[in-house]
Amino acid sequence: MAVVMCAAVFAVSVVTNDRFRWGVVGDYLFSAPILDGVRLTLMLTVVAQALGIAVGIALAIMRLSPNPVLSRCAWVYIWFFRGTPLLVQLIFWYNLSALYPSISFGIPFGPTFFSGNANDLITPFAVAILGLGLNEGAYTAEIVRGGIAAIDRGQSEAAKALGVPPMLTLRRIVLPQAMKVIVPPIGNQTILMLKTTSLVSVLALADLLYAAQAIYARTFQTMPLLIVVSLWYLAITSVLTVGQHYLERHFSPGTTDAGPSMPRRWARTIVSVRSASTPAPAPSTAAEDR
Amino acid sequence: MTEPAMRAEAIRKSFGSVEVLRGIDLEVAVGEVTCLVGPSGSGKTTFLRCINHLEKINSGRVYIHGELLAYRERGGRLHEMKDRDVCKQRASIGMVFQSFNLFQHMTVLENIVEAPVHVLRQPRDEAVDRARRLLARVGLSNKESSYPRHLSGGQQQRVAIARALAMEPRLMLFDEPTSALDPELVGEVLSAMLDLAHSGMTMIVVTHEMGFARQVADTVVFMDAGQIVEQGSPREVLDDPQHVRTKAFLSKVM
Repeated sequence: MAVVMCAAVFAVSVVTNDRFRWGVVGDYLFSAPILDGVRLTLMLTVVAQALGIAVGIALAIMRLSPNPVLSRCAWVYIWFFRGTPLLVQLIFWYNLSALYPSISFGIPFGPTFFSGNANDLITPFAVAILGLGLNEGAYTAEIVRGGIAAIDRGQSEAAKALGVPPMLTLRRIVLPQAMKVIVPPIGNQTILMLKTTSLVSVLALADLLYAAQAIYARTFQTMPLLIVVSLWYLAITSVLTVGQHYLERHFSPGTTDAGPSMPRRWARTIVSVRSASTPAPAPSTAAEDR
Repeated sequence: MTEPAMRAEAIRKSFGSVEVLRGIDLEVAVGEVTCLVGPSGSGKTTFLRCINHLEKINSGRVYIHGELLAYRERGGRLHEMKDRDVCKQRASIGMVFQSFNLFQHMTVLENIVEAPVHVLRQPRDEAVDRARRLLARVGLSNKESSYPRHLSGGQQQRVAIARALAMEPRLMLFDEPTSALDPELVGEVLSAMLDLAHSGMTMIVVTHEMGFARQVADTVVFMDAGQIVEQGSPREVLDDPQHVRTKAFLSKVM
């Protein structure tokens, strides 16, 4: 009851305190620079996360490989990228041209196929994707490795006995089952990635946060614009959460007790809040939810 | 003279400092059923797993239908084959595990067609037709779209047998196929194995089911402490054991 009272007081103050400038929030919520920022943030999230998953799966396979060189390499990679702050990595990549002014591809000590100025090749967007993706790969690797380790050895042994080669066993037998364990933390990581992309504002990339900062630096409407930013992050996170729910279902085939569907679960939360706020329980809605 | 289905020569295998197989020699003729019996820890299961290279042997040789398993001999030395070549050899050896090991994320039918389609590259329709015939043979035609966790242990093990048979193996290995089952489910699995034996399949069975061994086996092999102590027909080994260790074991289990 006390919680509900506090929430009510807070809600009333949020609505009535005109320093929140809800009108300004409304003006900017769908303005062109903010929408461009949303677009870039989404793009960074999707591409960097995809790169992270690809790198992560490769690293996990390397770590589990019987070849000591491969597993050691993966270990060092994970050690390095988990051990240094992402912000430092981003700035480091951004300034890579100070170490290597020109980048070329070719056979070592042999002919060069392609060469260019590092500053032209390493655009802020490329830096952001590389920095975010490579860092994410280190974390994803540990998640994937844990997922693979959680699968009973008998599964890969049965495949082995049927003559299924190791990589095919991984792809067809082990990974699909490991997904059930892997998807929830990866969903978590994706949501984290969405918000971590705001770090790229240090690279002067016009993501959602940077776009808002550019506006309030001009208009001094800091709070309303941060609310705009938060509303967008919340909205995208909500969509990702729903997506994760259905992905988890997809990877648990044959389970009849996969739990209530997402809308029902939310409905249940709302119903329970409502029934807690009224002294008498609301039997009609509660029974319906059963 | 035809080659034996399986010939093992002086197989030795250690886990760390513990030697679990101490020189095993065994021949299994084509079409024969051989039962490996013995106390737990005697190395029966390890030996069975060496027959399809699930365990790497430390020394000795395994020949499957006359072909050296998992190694190539060159200049008097043995070289281990690449994974891909070992896989090809394994494809002709079926194996049934104590804990079934059905692929949990696949239906019964998908379990059976998985290897034929992806390893033998059989057309899917053909593999499905064959899988349905095999399911009928083990009496599970109505379960093809069930997931393993919805089946009883006995049903799972019969699916596992069908899955192994789908690769058209010439040799079948059974690792205590009924040990994880409730007593009332043992019969259905044994009768599927009996049917298979009658069809002329070469089988090597690690088992504690002395009744099955007596009824089906051509040869019973008694192992203890990593060695073959005694072998012969069921009548010789089970009814008139010569060795004191065999007698001691049989007096406990029968």
